[in-house]
Amino acid sequence: MRRVVIVGYGMAGARLADELRRRDQDISITVIGAEPHAAYNRVLLSTVVAGTMTPSATQLHDEKWAAEHNIDLCLGHEVVELDRASRTVTVERTRGAFVRSECTRGPRVPQEETGDSRVTFAYDALVLATGSTPWVPPAEGLVEDGRLAEGVVAFRTLDDCAEIEAKAHKGAPVAVLGGGLLGIEAARGLAGRGCLVTVVHPVGHLMERQLDPGAGGVLARTLGQLGIEFKLNALAAKYLPGDGLILDDGTHVPAELVVVSAGVRAETSLAVQAGLEVDRGIVVDDALRTSDPRIHAIGDCAQHPGTVSGLVQPAWDQAAVLADRLTGVNPAARYRGTSVVTRLKARDVDLAALGDVHTDVDCPDAEVLCFQEPSRGRYAKLVLRDDRVAGAIVLGAPDAAATITQLYDRGIPAPTDRLALLLGRALPAEAASPADLPSSAVICRCNTVSKGQIVSAWRAGAESLPQLAEATRATTGCGGCKDAVCGLLDWLGASQPASA
Amino acid sequence: MSVIDGQVTPGPGGLCQKGWTAGELLRHPGRLTTPLLHGSPVSWDEALDFVATRIKEFEPDEVAVFGGGGLTNEKAYLLGKFARVALKTSQIDYNGRFCMSSAAAAGNKAFGLDRGMPFPLSDLKTADTILLAGSNPAETMPPFLRHLEGARLIVIDPRRTPTAERATLHLQPAPGTDLALALGLLHTAVIEGVIDKEYISERTTGFDDAWRVAAQWWPEHTERVTGVSAADQRAAVHMLAGKSYILTGRGTEQHASGTDNVSAWINLALALGLPGRVGSGYGCLTGQGNGQGGREHGQKADQLPGYRKLDDPAARQHIMEVWGVDWLPGVGRSAYELLNADDLKAMLVFGSNPVVSAPRASGVADRLRALDLLVVADFVMSETAEMADVVFPVTQWAEEDGTMTNLEGRIIRRRKALDPPPGVRSDLELINGLASRLGVTGFPTEPRVVFDELRRASEGGLSDYSGITYERLESEQLHWPVPSVEHPGTPRLFLDRFAHADGLARFVPVDHKGPAEPPDEEFPLQATTGRVLQHYQSGAQTRRIGELVKAVPEMYVEVHPDTASRAGLASGEPAHVVSRRGRVTAVVRCVPSMRADAVFLPFHFPGEGRANLLTNPALDPTSRMPEFKVCAVRLERA
Repeated sequence: MRRVVIVGYGMAGARLADELRRRDQDISITVIGAEPHAAYNRVLLSTVVAGTMTPSATQLHDEKWAAEHNIDLCLGHEVVELDRASRTVTVERTRGAFVRSECTRGPRVPQEETGDSRVTFAYDALVLATGSTPWVPPAEGLVEDGRLAEGVVAFRTLDDCAEIEAKAHKGAPVAVLGGGLLGIEAARGLAGRGCLVTVVHPVGHLMERQLDPGAGGVLARTLGQLGIEFKLNALAAKYLPGDGLILDDGTHVPAELVVVSAGVRAETSLAVQAGLEVDRGIVVDDALRTSDPRIHAIGDCAQHPGTVSGLVQPAWDQAAVLADRLTGVNPAARYRGTSVVTRLKARDVDLAALGDVHTDVDCPDAEVLCFQEPSRGRYAKLVLRDDRVAGAIVLGAPDAAATITQLYDRGIPAPTDRLALLLGRALPAEAASPADLPSSAVICRCNTVSKGQIVSAWRAGAESLPQLAEATRATTGCGGCKDAVCGLLDWLGASQPASA
Repeated sequence: MSVIDGQVTPGPGGLCQKGWTAGELLRHPGRLTTPLLHGSPVSWDEALDFVATRIKEFEPDEVAVFGGGGLTNEKAYLLGKFARVALKTSQIDYNGRFCMSSAAAAGNKAFGLDRGMPFPLSDLKTADTILLAGSNPAETMPPFLRHLEGARLIVIDPRRTPTAERATLHLQPAPGTDLALALGLLHTAVIEGVIDKEYISERTTGFDDAWRVAAQWWPEHTERVTGVSAADQRAAVHMLAGKSYILTGRGTEQHASGTDNVSAWINLALALGLPGRVGSGYGCLTGQGNGQGGREHGQKADQLPGYRKLDDPAARQHIMEVWGVDWLPGVGRSAYELLNADDLKAMLVFGSNPVVSAPRASGVADRLRALDLLVVADFVMSETAEMADVVFPVTQWAEEDGTMTNLEGRIIRRRKALDPPPGVRSDLELINGLASRLGVTGFPTEPRVVFDELRRASEGGLSDYSGITYERLESEQLHWPVPSVEHPGTPRLFLDRFAHADGLARFVPVDHKGPAEPPDEEFPLQATTGRVLQHYQSGAQTRRIGELVKAVPEMYVEVHPDTASRAGLASGEPAHVVSRRGRVTAVVRCVPSMRADAVFLPFHFPGEGRANLLTNPALDPTSRMPEFKVCAVRLERA
C-alpha cells in the first residue's frame, strides 16, 4: 500500500487529502499540521475580519473528518527532520505559541518512536504543502525578539483574526501596511467595523500587480469615500507602540493597531534543510515534483512557472493533478499553470482584474478599450488579442466583470459589440410605443397574436378588451400582455378620427 | 376547461394556444381509429390475440412496459399492476423518469416525502419573492404565471427566456453550473446574515456538513464558475429573505447531477427557513399533465402504489394482499436503461414517444427496431408508433373518465365529454384485453372501479388516496394524503414536522462537478434543449395542429449572432448541430441574448430535427435522469 505523507494542513494540504481519498479508498494518507486546530479556509478570513462570518464557519473539516476518511491526522506537530535517503520524516510537537496538540488517530504506517514526543513517518511519496509566511517590512520596532511587537498583527491566520477583532473598536485608529489585495480587504473590513483606517503602501498606486495607475486611482477614490485614507509612495520607518507609525517622510500615522499585509514569502525552510532546489519557492515541474522525484510541493510554498503564489485556485488545481498522479487515476496528469482572476472581496467595491492589464490604449499590436468614470467609481479596461480577452480591469461594473471573466476563462471570442461588453448589462430598452411596432410584432406570446391581428379585430368591431380577447384569444393565456393590449386599444382609440 | 362540440372553453385559469387548439386533435384526420398489425388495419381481437400470443413466447423479464406521465392515475396504476401481475415482469418504467425523477429523489431525501408542491398553488399569490430555477412557465404553462403576478421573480436560466424577461432579477449561469450557483447563494446567504438559525436548529439536521461544502463557494469564486456576478448573488439572497418560494424545473433537474442540483436548491430553501411554513416553501413544477400522480402509483421501476417502495417487505405484503397474489417481481431498470437494454425481446409503450424524447435518440430507435415485438398505444401515429409491430388506437383526454393529480398534489376529476370515434378503446380496455388473453383477471375497465382499487392499494402509503372518492371530488378540493373519507385532505404538508422519522428536514451535502461532457476544441459549444410555447413534448400531438405548426413550423437552433457568423451562418439558413452522438439539421435563429458559447434546441421535432440525437445519456446515479440539458456540440453549415 502506498504511503503518502502531506506536510501542511492548510488549504492545499487539506484539499489534497480530500482529493486523494475521493480517488482511492485504500491509499495510506498522513497529514501533519503545525497549528492545533482543524484546517480552515483562509480566503474567508477577510469576511471574519469584516464581521460577517464566524471563525468556526471557516473550518474546512470537522473533528470527525480524519476518522471518517481513514486519515492519520497529526495536529500541533512540525517536521524537524526530513531524511530523503530513508524516506522518512520526523515530527515533534510544535514549539512556540502552540500549547495544545494531539494525534487524532494512531498512525497506520510503520514508524518508530524516537524519544519522548518525536514520531517518525515513512513515506513513498511526500508532499510539501507548507504554505507561506507573512513578510514584515523592515521598519524599526515592528519586530521584537523575533516576534511581532505588541499591537502589530499579521493578517494570515485565524488567531490573527481573533487578535484584530479584539482590538478593532469603533473609532480606533488602525494602520494597514500594504495596499495589495489582502491589505485592501482587511482595510475595508476594518472600516466597516467603524475603525479609522490608513493604508500605507510603498508604490504610487494600489494593487500595482493587478491594476494600472488609472484603475488604482479610481479604487483609492472609491475606498476614500468609504472612509479609508491612503499614504502612497510611503514606507513605514518606525513603529511606536500605542501611538502609531512614523513614515519615511516623517509623517505620523496614528494607530492603536498595525495590520501587516505586505506580501508573503514561501515557507521553504524544510526544503532548504533537505537540500531540495529552492528559488523564491520550492521549484517544481509540471508533475509537481521537486528536485527529488519522491517529493512534491503544492500551494504557496511551490514555485511553478505558470503560477502566481498567494492564491487558492492554483493550490486547488495542483491538488487535483497531484491526486490523479499519486493514485494512478491519471498518471499523465500535468499541471500547466492557472490563469489568475483577481477578485476583490470587499463590500460596496466590485473589482476584477485578469491577465495582461498593463498594455496601453495606443499599443499597436493589441486592441485596448478603456472607460473611466471616477466620480461614480467606475473604470473598465479591456485588452484583446486575436479577438479574445487577454486582460481586463473592471471596477464598479459587476455584470461586465462576470461576463469578461467567462470569456477569458473559456477562451470564447469577444462579442463584436465591444462597448456593450465593457459596460455590462445594457440599460433596459424604453418601452416601444404601439405606433412604432411593426404589424408582425407578436403581442400575445401565449396565443401567437400579432399587432396586425389585434388591429384587424379592432377594425372589425372588437373595441374593448373582452371583445378583443374573444376575437383573438390575446390575454387569455398568462395574462402578461394585458398592458400591451390596453396600450394598443388606447392608441387605436386615439387614432380614430374624432366623431362629434 | 370544457369541450362543447369539440370547441374548447377555458376554465378560470386561462389557456395558451396549445389548450385553445387541443380540441382539433379530437377529430383530426390523422387520428388512429383502428389497430394496426405491421401497418395494416386489423380488428381489436386480431391485434390483441397476436400480441398475447407473442408475449407468451418470451420470458417475463424479456418483456418491458414503458408508460407515460400523461396517463390518468387509473391507467398508471393499472399499467403497473399489469406489468407485475399479468406479465410478471420487473421491467417497467416511464417517461416521467426523464421529467420528475431528480426532484422526486431530492424531495424524498430532504423531506422524507415527494409532493411537487407541498402547499396549494394559490399560496404563491402571497409571496414577496419567487425563485424559478430552470423553469420557463411563460412558454411551458403560461396560465401558471397568473399565480406569480404579485411576487418579484428571480429566474435562473442560461437563456433569456420569456419568463426571464419578466423577472426582477435574471441570473444567467453557464450551462451545467446550477449547482455551483446554488452553493454560492447559500454561502452568500450566510455572509449576508439572512439565514434562519433558529429554524435550522429546530427543524433541520445536517447544516454543518452542507455548509462545509458551500463554504468553498464564496460569491467571487461562484461568479468565476457560473458567470453570475457576486453583486447579483447578493441581490438574490436579500430578495429571498422573507416570504419566498424556491421552485425548480427541468432546467436544473435534467442533468447527470440532477438530484444533487435539486438538493442544493432545497438546502438554500432550508437555510432561509422557507419549507414547512405557511407563506413560504420549496416546490417543483411538474412537466406533464399527470406528472405527480403518474409517479405515485407504480409505473416506476422501484415503486408500488401509494408511493411505496418495491423493496420494502411491508409494502410488498400490503400490495400482494390487495392484488390477491403471492408473488411480486423485484426492482427493474430505469427508463433510458430499458430503452437501451439488449436483453429485451418485447416492449409495450403507453402514452410516450421515446424515439423523439429519449436521449441519444438514434441509439434508442436502433434498440426498439431490434425488438421482436414493439407495441404502442397512442391516438396519433407518433414516430415510435410508426416503428411498432402493433399499434392500438386509444382514447384521449375529452373521451374518458379518470383522475389526475396536479403539481400541488390535488386530485382532479377528468370527465368524459365526448364519445371516442368508432374503433377507439381506452387504455384500460386494452390492458384488460391483454390480461384476459394471458389468463389473468383483476383488470377492470371502468375508471371508477380502478380508482376504488387504487384507494385500497394506496391506503397507509405516503400518497394515501384511500379517503378520496369520485363523489367527494365533485365538490371538494382534496390534496393527498387523505387517509379516510372523513379526512379533509392535506393542502399544506410539513407544518409541524417533516416526513422523516425524527420529523426533521435533512440538509444533503452536495458539491458541484460540472457537466458530464465539458466543451473542448472539437465540440466547443454547449447545447441545451427545451420546449417552446406552441408545442408539447415530442410534438406528436401539436405538430398535427395547423395553427401551431404555422407559428413554429420547423426545427431551429438559437445561437448568438457572433457565433452564427463565425460558423459562416446567418439567420434563416440551415445548419448542422453536431455532437459525439449525432447530427441535427436546424434553421438558424440569431438571438442576441444567447451566450456566445451556448446554443438552444427545442426537442419537439422528428427525424433529422430531433434534438435528442445530440443529447448525452449520462445518468444521475440516484434518479437515473439523463443529462438532457447540456452536451458539447459544434455548429456547421448544412
